[in-house]
Formats: sequence, structure tokens, C-alpha cells
Amino acid sequence: MVTQSIAGPAIRVRGLKKSYGKLDVLCGVDFDVERGTIFALLGSNGAGKTTTVRILATLLKADAGTAGVHGFDVAAHPANVRASISLTGQFAAVDEILSGRENLVLVARLRHLENPGAIADDLLRSFSLTDAGARKVSTYSGGMRRRLDIAMSLIGNPPVIFLDEPTTGLDPEGRIEVWHAVKKLAGHGTTVLLTTQYLNEAEQLADRIAILHQGRIIVNGTLAELKRLFPPATVEYVEKQPTLEEIFLAITGSDNKTDATGTNA
Amino acid sequence: MTAYFFADTAVLTGRTLRHVTRSVDTIITTVITPVAMMLMFVYVFGGAIDTGSVSYVTYMLPGILLITVASGISYTAYRLFTDMQSGIFERFHSMPIARSGVLWAHVVTSLVANLLSLVIVVGVALLMGFRSGAGVPAWLAVAGILFLFTLALTWIAVIPGLSAASVEGAGAFAYPLIFLPFISSAFVPTETMPAPVRWFAEHQPVTSVVDTIRALFTEQPLGDGIWIALAWCVGILVVAYVFAMASYRRKTG
Repeated sequence: MVTQSIAGPAIRVRGLKKSYGKLDVLCGVDFDVERGTIFALLGSNGAGKTTTVRILATLLKADAGTAGVHGFDVAAHPANVRASISLTGQFAAVDEILSGRENLVLVARLRHLENPGAIADDLLRSFSLTDAGARKVSTYSGGMRRRLDIAMSLIGNPPVIFLDEPTTGLDPEGRIEVWHAVKKLAGHGTTVLLTTQYLNEAEQLADRIAILHQGRIIVNGTLAELKRLFPPATVEYVEKQPTLEEIFLAITGSDNKTDATGTNA
Repeated sequence: MTAYFFADTAVLTGRTLRHVTRSVDTIITTVITPVAMMLMFVYVFGGAIDTGSVSYVTYMLPGILLITVASGISYTAYRLFTDMQSGIFERFHSMPIARSGVLWAHVVTSLVANLLSLVIVVGVALLMGFRSGAGVPAWLAVAGILFLFTLALTWIAVIPGLSAASVEGAGAFAYPLIFLPFISSAFVPTETMPAPVRWFAEHQPVTSVVDTIRALFTEQPLGDGIWIALAWCVGILVVAYVFAMASYRRKTG
């Protein structure tokens, strides 16, 4: 079941089209994601981000165009694609009634791995969820739920991970927790396709950023390349006001970014 | 991936069964309506209904058992609907597993949960004076018919579970199914009904299933009734399965 690594980009999308009735959601999307990089698909609500991810995760069929993941065509070899990926959807897709540990064991068993219990314990540790591991997920905070969601995606070390709006609906602390988790992922050589509507999230995490607008990629490049599209910076003196987020984090004492102990339930 | 169909289905069934065992309230609310009906019919209306030599609780138990299943499967739809909404259904579908196992896990869980409810209802009926001289083969036949009936209704429940737009919608389909036994031979002999109602009562599936189970409980000859009952169950099962799989394909592309 383990798929061979195949040369070329981890994700290749060419001329992808999808319509729902008369509504054209994707009107010819092209992009590549290099192996081991974080690629952010940036766009507002309804831009087609989730549709793109669902096609790549073999949950939806494209009307036209091709998409390849880890060298496998999503339409021709969906089973190989599914063996190469992991999806974290827009809403934390975790089982509320099971405990955090049981969720991890469940995924490990579905991936037919040995020692599901040990795998679960390792992940609980690396996502700072050990203390909460035996608790029902319905008692978790939003940030903890997302961390568990991402931890579930890592089981079996899939080479490609899709994170569809991983921080939507999270408070600033939860968002920082998730960013740490994502950075850790890419550090291990996993390819990450991330969708987001938050510009600073793409800026924080991504090696490359593509802006999806009205079903088309209108810009695709590194942050530095995207910045060059604008007129050169001029020096101005502006009083630096703290952002509300900075104020919030300073007051609540959450600026210690490594302190994601998950006891904030 | 089909090599793992049974292993994957077993793992996923373990998950959904935990949903049942950890919310025992779903079993209690399933049995509370049929038990309340049984109390009311036996101790309030029952005295006025002439069922011959058979005690009324024995007479009406088969109908109550069908009502139990009809109310139990609304939780099948609810559990499936919740999985669809929460995104965990898609998570499983994006994994390298036997995809249909996700649906089968819900079906198997539905059978187990309804079996639990049926055992409780039969237990209450025994306390209320239900007695049957039926031997092991007759009880196995009752279990078999109820199994088939539950399986058929479960596949009906899969349809709203997959395609409902709201939780209320996912559960509401069960009401007509709960009501159907009232226009059947479940509570009163059909001879007392006006002609058109009687015609409907005698030609709808519940009557044949009820009559068959009642004949097995009271050790009466089965006649052709059992074949009509089985034909109804298998027919409903096949039609429901076809529609359920169609909405499954529509949902999963």
C-alpha cells in the first residue's frame, strides 16, 4: 500500500474546471506544488479553495482538466492518491464522542499500522495533548480540536497533506498553536497544501502563495515575488500602533508561543 | 483496498457502537415510546378490545416490536447525518480504506442498537404478562423476521441520513413508519375497520409481518402469511438499498 515516490512535483494541477449548475466555481486552475514545501491557496470565501482541495482528495470529480497527487492522477488512480494523502477539512473532522486518544487509535487502525496505541501516545505527546488524551473530544477547546485533527492527519506519514482553512473559527491562541503544528509538519519533509483566507497566515507559513480569485489563479509566487509586484517601498514615518491581536495576546499572557499545553478547556 | 473491507468495517463499526454505548439515552428514548404505548394499550384500551383467547399484551407485542424498530432507526439516520455534517465521513473517504465500510458500519450498528431495544421491550412485555409457548425454532423465526425488517428499515434510514438538510429532517421520516402499525392488525382485529381502511390495513406490509410474528408467538399455523411478510421485507430492503446507494453515489461523486 505504501506508494513509491515518483519524480516531479507533489501536486500538479492543469486546467481544472468545476461548475455547479450554472455557477462556475473553477474556471481553469493551474499550479504545481514542489515536494516538501508549504503552498498556500489564498482566497476569499467562495473563491474555489475547498472545491480544489476536494477534487485533489478524490472527494469530488472535476468537469475538466487534470490533477495529479504524488504522481497519481486523481481520476485514474484515486486509491493510490488516497494512500498518499491526508485531509484536514474545514471543520475539525474529529469524533466528538470518542476521546482524543481513541480518535488517533481509530485512524491508525484504519491505516492498518502496528501498535496503534503507541502511535497515538506519541502524537498526543508531540501535540501537547497527553493530559487531555483520555477526555472526550467534545470537552476540547477549538485549538485542541484542530491540533488533534492535524495529529490524525499525520498518522501513517502521508507524503502530502491538505489543510483546508485550518484556523478558521479559532481564537488567536488557537491559531498560533496550529501554525506551530503546521511548521513542524513541513520540517519533516511533508508537502502541505494549505487553504486560507487570512493573508498573514499565508505569509507566516507558506513557501509559495497562489491567489485564487473567481475560479482562477491570478498570482502565484513566493512572498518576495508577490511583494515585487507592488511599487517599491518608500520610507515613511508612521506611528506603530499595536494590532488588537497583539494587545489581546499581551494582556492574556499568551505571547509565550511554545506554551501550547492544551489545558485551556 | 477491498481486501480490507471486513477489517475496516469492523474498526468503523466499533466506533459507531461506542456512540451507542456512550449515549445510552438513545436506547432509552427508543424504547420509551413503545413501552408507553404498550402500557396504555394494555391497561387503558386493551380491556375493550376482543382478541379472543390470546391475552392482549401477547396480541399487540408484535406491533409494538415493529414500532420499536421504526423509532430506533431514526437514530441510525441521526448518527449518519451527524457524520456527514461533521466532515468525519469525508475524512474516512479520503483515506485508503474500503469506502463502503463507512456506510456498512452504520448499518451493522443500527442492527445491534435495535436488537438491544427489542430485547428491552420484550423484557417489559414479559413483566406485563406476555407469555409464549413458542419453542426455539419459532423464536429464531421471529428473530429472523425482525432482523430482516430492521435491515430493510435501516436502509430506508440511510437515505435521509445521507441527504437530509437538517437534523429534524433526518429524524422526521420515521414518524409515518411509527404510525403505520396503527392502521394494521397490530392493535385491533382488522374486521372491525370500515371497508376502505380495512382493505389498506390488510394489504400493507405491517399486517403480514405482525400476523406472522403473532402466529409464531401463539403457535398457530403460519399459512402463506410468512411468505407475504418475507416478500414485503425483501422488497422494501431491495428498493431502499437501491435508493440509498443512489444517494450515496450522488453525495460521494
